[in-house]
Amino acid sequence: MKKQLKTIAYCRINNNTISINGKSIITKDKDLSFSDFAKQIYKEKQLAYPKFFKMDNLCKLAFLTSEFLFEAAKLDSEIIKHTGIVLSNRASSLDTDRKHQDTINDKDNYFPSPAVFVYTLANIMIGEISIRHQIKGENAFFVSEKFNETLIEHYASSLIINRKSSHILCGWVDVDNNNYDAFMYLVAEKGSYNYSKEIIKNIYTQN
Amino acid sequence: MDALKKELKESIIEQLNLEDFTVEDIADDDTLFGDGLGLDSIDALELIVMLDKDYGIKLTDPNEGKAVFVSVEVLATYISKHRTK
Repeated sequence: MKKQLKTIAYCRINNNTISINGKSIITKDKDLSFSDFAKQIYKEKQLAYPKFFKMDNLCKLAFLTSEFLFEAAKLDSEIIKHTGIVLSNRASSLDTDRKHQDTINDKDNYFPSPAVFVYTLANIMIGEISIRHQIKGENAFFVSEKFNETLIEHYASSLIINRKSSHILCGWVDVDNNNYDAFMYLVAEKGSYNYSKEIIKNIYTQN
Repeated sequence: MDALKKELKESIIEQLNLEDFTVEDIADDDTLFGDGLGLDSIDALELIVMLDKDYGIKLTDPNEGKAVFVSVEVLATYISKHRTK
């Protein structure tokens, strides 16, 4: 059974710019590292969530993107709690895996950091978003070479059709060294924008 | 001892990413876990690694860790007695 779904809102963060529903709302100096960019955004938004500083860059990116997206979507907190999450990326947790590897390369200086190690799984970002918003819905994480809007559409549609969740947070959150890119969108039966894999692909490639 | 306490506060802030804290914000007798600095279980593991890496102290008994990580004051006293580097 095919159901016509809608997109409630979408958010993109890349090149030190944050866009909501296709409109750029924040742009910072292109020379800022992602860490400094994220820190500035956190301070300016007065997020008051100290755990943010313990996160790796992948989780910081996912966290910030979801903050802006949920703010734009204006969903009831009860709906947010039951939202499903389907995210994906290319580099998995490689950015943090390398940092962990650096701490265990030298047998004579072998001090793996527990705080780094806990982020050596990409789906931890779903956990961080869930903790922040008390989300208890279904979730899935996929690794693919490119953003696969077809796979995400199938999974999100299945969750809604099978009444696992009425709203699904979908997207792509990728960090690898100095490169980062996040694109998240909220899918449900009602929303402001038409939803299909073709529309999502167009939005993603044009922004 | 004061130098060690200052060093510990700097290490705790840096290694545990306590972005909102300065050395001056942490009193010697502030509780590190629970209502004090609000550290969690991963922070405890990070402190155990810090003791090993910076002071050559290996904590293997969880109960010992609980007693040592009460405050910067207690931690500094323990380190000054047991450090090997």
